[in-house]
Amino acid sequence: MKIFLKIWRQETREAKGEMKNYVLDDVTEDMSFLSMLDLLNEKLIAAGERVVEFDHDCREGICGQCGVMINGQAHGPLPHVTTCQLHMRSFNNGDTIYVEPFRAKSFPVIRDLKIDRSSFDRMIQAGGYISASTGQAPEANSIPISHKTAEAAFDSAACIGCGACVATCKNSSAALFVSAKITHLVLLPQGKIEADERVRKMIAQMNEEGFGHCSNTEACEVECPQQISVLNIARMNWEFNKGGFL
Amino acid sequence: MDAKIPAGPLSEKWSNYKSHARLVNPANRKKMSVIVVGTGLAGASAAASLAEQGYKIKSFCFQDAARRAHSVAAQGGVNACKNYKNDGDSIYRMFYDTIKGGDFRSREANVYRLAECSASLIDQSVAQGVPFAREYGGYLNNRSFGGVQVSRTFYARGQTGQQLLLGAYQALMRQVNTGRVSLHTRHEMLDLIVIDGKAKGILARNLETGEIERHAADAVILATGGYGKIYYLSTLAMGCNASAIWRAHKKGAYMAGVSWIQIHPTCLPQSGEHQSKLTLMSESLRNDGRIWVPLKADDNRNPNDIPENERDYYLERRYPAFGNLAPRDISSRAAKERIDTGHGVGVMKNAVCLDFSKAIKEQGEKVIEEKYGNLFSMYEKITGINAYKQPMLISPAAHFTMGGLWVDYTLMTNIPGLFALGEANFSDHGANRLGANSLLQACVDGYFIAPYTIPDYLAGELKAEKITTDHPAFDEAEKKAKQQLNNFLSVKGKLSADYFHKTLGKLLYDKCGLARNKKGLEEAIEEIRNLQQQFYRELNITGDDKVNTELEKAGRLADYLELAELMCEDALSREESCGAHFREEFQTPEGEAIRNDKDFCYVSAWEWNGADQPHILHKEPLLFESVELTVRSYK
Ligand SMILES: Cc1cc2nc3c(=O)[nH]c(=O)nc-3n(C[C@H](O)[C@H](O)[C@H](O)COP(=O)(O)OP(=O)(O)OC[C@H]3O[C@@H](n4cnc5c(N)ncnc54)[C@H](O)[C@@H]3O)c2cc1C
Ligand code: FES
Repeated sequence: MKIFLKIWRQETREAKGEMKNYVLDDVTEDMSFLSMLDLLNEKLIAAGERVVEFDHDCREGICGQCGVMINGQAHGPLPHVTTCQLHMRSFNNGDTIYVEPFRAKSFPVIRDLKIDRSSFDRMIQAGGYISASTGQAPEANSIPISHKTAEAAFDSAACIGCGACVATCKNSSAALFVSAKITHLVLLPQGKIEADERVRKMIAQMNEEGFGHCSNTEACEVECPQQISVLNIARMNWEFNKGGFL
Repeated sequence: MDAKIPAGPLSEKWSNYKSHARLVNPANRKKMSVIVVGTGLAGASAAASLAEQGYKIKSFCFQDAARRAHSVAAQGGVNACKNYKNDGDSIYRMFYDTIKGGDFRSREANVYRLAECSASLIDQSVAQGVPFAREYGGYLNNRSFGGVQVSRTFYARGQTGQQLLLGAYQALMRQVNTGRVSLHTRHEMLDLIVIDGKAKGILARNLETGEIERHAADAVILATGGYGKIYYLSTLAMGCNASAIWRAHKKGAYMAGVSWIQIHPTCLPQSGEHQSKLTLMSESLRNDGRIWVPLKADDNRNPNDIPENERDYYLERRYPAFGNLAPRDISSRAAKERIDTGHGVGVMKNAVCLDFSKAIKEQGEKVIEEKYGNLFSMYEKITGINAYKQPMLISPAAHFTMGGLWVDYTLMTNIPGLFALGEANFSDHGANRLGANSLLQACVDGYFIAPYTIPDYLAGELKAEKITTDHPAFDEAEKKAKQQLNNFLSVKGKLSADYFHKTLGKLLYDKCGLARNKKGLEEAIEEIRNLQQQFYRELNITGDDKVNTELEKAGRLADYLELAELMCEDALSREESCGAHFREEFQTPEGEAIRNDKDFCYVSAWEWNGADQPHILHKEPLLFESVELTVRSYK
């Protein structure tokens, strides 16, 4: 099929970017979206031009490194699918596709579609862990954890850190990302001990990074490739307030 | 070649080592620095554990975040002999399964230690908050995986690697917060700095600014993962590479077991020419899925239309004791044999069926969904097919490299101060890795071995002169690295880096893949050399020396092209079939492998001898004191 592309090109962090037009004639349905960009890049190379830079690695929806806005939607038209898992069968012959980087003040553009998400790392660094140094662990079965609790903790722990939640939020809030980590850890007996400190530190860091506030539009949950629930945000708020009162 | 295996009976070697390893006084630890390249399970766990002890760590990865290392993609699970199921598991049994699975081409002492440390890993991960699957009573659940008869595989749905990695990543970030670890993401190691025979630093390129940075340290750990991406189509991530270990190899570190590549039997088949990777479907599916092909060759019917008596369940037929759970190399080869004889299914006739209808009938769709729900939905996302209604189509794909840098028992290469951990080393898996053993190995290397062996080395370096980055060895390395990058940018030929990668991958898969023979390997070496010449003549890298994916690819490919030749040399020199290495000349009339213990019971460790010189082969004999070498039969 024939696809018209409008892609964001930007040289450096400081440079002004712009949308550029490209046309591909030989796209097939079974191609993934990123293979389609590979194809475009092959053509740019043949023409001696610089390729479109985009982030990706595993190409199976788990590393969280890929992610672009496709026609204004984070990771494109399908719900709960990363950019790398999107296939061209979701588009039609003759479609025009707008491709832009995830946009947020806390995600500066590095070049073209590549962005800097190190703010996510710094929020984890602030407290998104259980302080269990190597060698301290007791026998694993000494603390039984109910099937239900383990499954619920898993649901929150499944976050891949792609940033689609931030990109899709009108306030550029990182509430879903931060709350998923807080909930994952607080549900487990091992993670309860540091819960108050963790929630305070992570939220302080979130504010420092310049992410916006959550205004409960729930758009993040719709885009999240791992279907992380907004209930995590409620849990985070509860943990935060509890820490303040008790 | 001294593997430095400690004295004493097998079960006491590691305790003996630990009791005698040298220590560094806590006050001195902050004066000692270690570079850790790689933030996968091996790298992150080593960096975190060493930082917890008080050492100064510099950690590097090429992705934009440490959490994205390809360990994240492991689905199936991690082995540990907890014997929670009371099914007869023990350290010895796990050791034996692994040695046998590796077709008696690994070191007894290393493998025993792997089994011995396995239980602690589960403890450690649970303490970090890894949400492993639980039984209704609250205790840890597990399942069985290919190649063994006990249940020792712990899992977190189909995302075990991700969950283990997040545990290690969070431990690492905690140490970043203490200031003991400085983290350098979007950095690629370009060279190893060796001074007076010892590893003393690395050269790394900042992938955003293009700057070439110098980093000095008292020891260097490479935990840079596997190089299966050399085949282009593989289950690895796009950026996985051999560059870090290969450049260390060119500085003197030996490469071992180079051609031992595991080709995984359950991946999604290639569906078109533009495909860039093959997605793995977890092997755990083989617990409930049955593998078959049409009995008749060139059968074009839809799999659901083929009646029971016209299906060939070839694994159950050939290997009744293990059936669909036969080890990976055996399953992959059996699939290839069926596909090559015209029994393949799917559009490109390159797949076999993995059928859940019997399991669904027996256990109900709900149970199957709970076990494999995310895998079924992933399958549907990619192929558009509902596997509850139709068999999955699967085919073999390059997956895991048993080979890597040669290391001794302490995980140190033959260059003092250079250690290799995780998939980057050759150590525990012999000629074939058992499923769910490599997450374990990466973790055990990083959490439990390096924290003893690296201090032991550093204790001997306390008085050594500190190297600074103005040492001439850095100047020289930087000059060379810059020259190479400029070279790539100035060829201005007509062909992209991907063109070369795809060509190399296909060539290797055909001639140095599931099955090899002398003629094919000799041809491959010739073809690789030609491709290499063409690469330096006709490569086209556009763009600048800052953010440039194509420039990164070129560097990786230059190394792959050299490594590919050594893989073929390695496969050629080993005139036997063992594990993943199947030489067609060495098989029984029924097509089973013939191993030759008399002549080949050794590890092939190769020394770089300059670009125009053949590699030098060193042999580390494998001595078996606790097990008897048997034919690895799964019949
Ligand atoms: C799809 C898939 C599924 C798997 N499933 C299982 C399973 O179920 N059970 C199991 O036991 N094993 C499984 N494995 C194997 C297992 O995941 C790996 O062997 C293991 O995770 C490797 O860990 P590692 O730390 O050695 O390397 P990796 O996790 O690959 O990490 C490599 C690190 O090195 C860095 N790096 C690499 N090159 C450079 C360079 N030149 N410069 C700077 N940094 C560099 C990367 O950025 C990364 O941080 C699977 C593998 C794959 C591909
Ligand atoms: S490339 Fe890893 S999630 Fe898309």
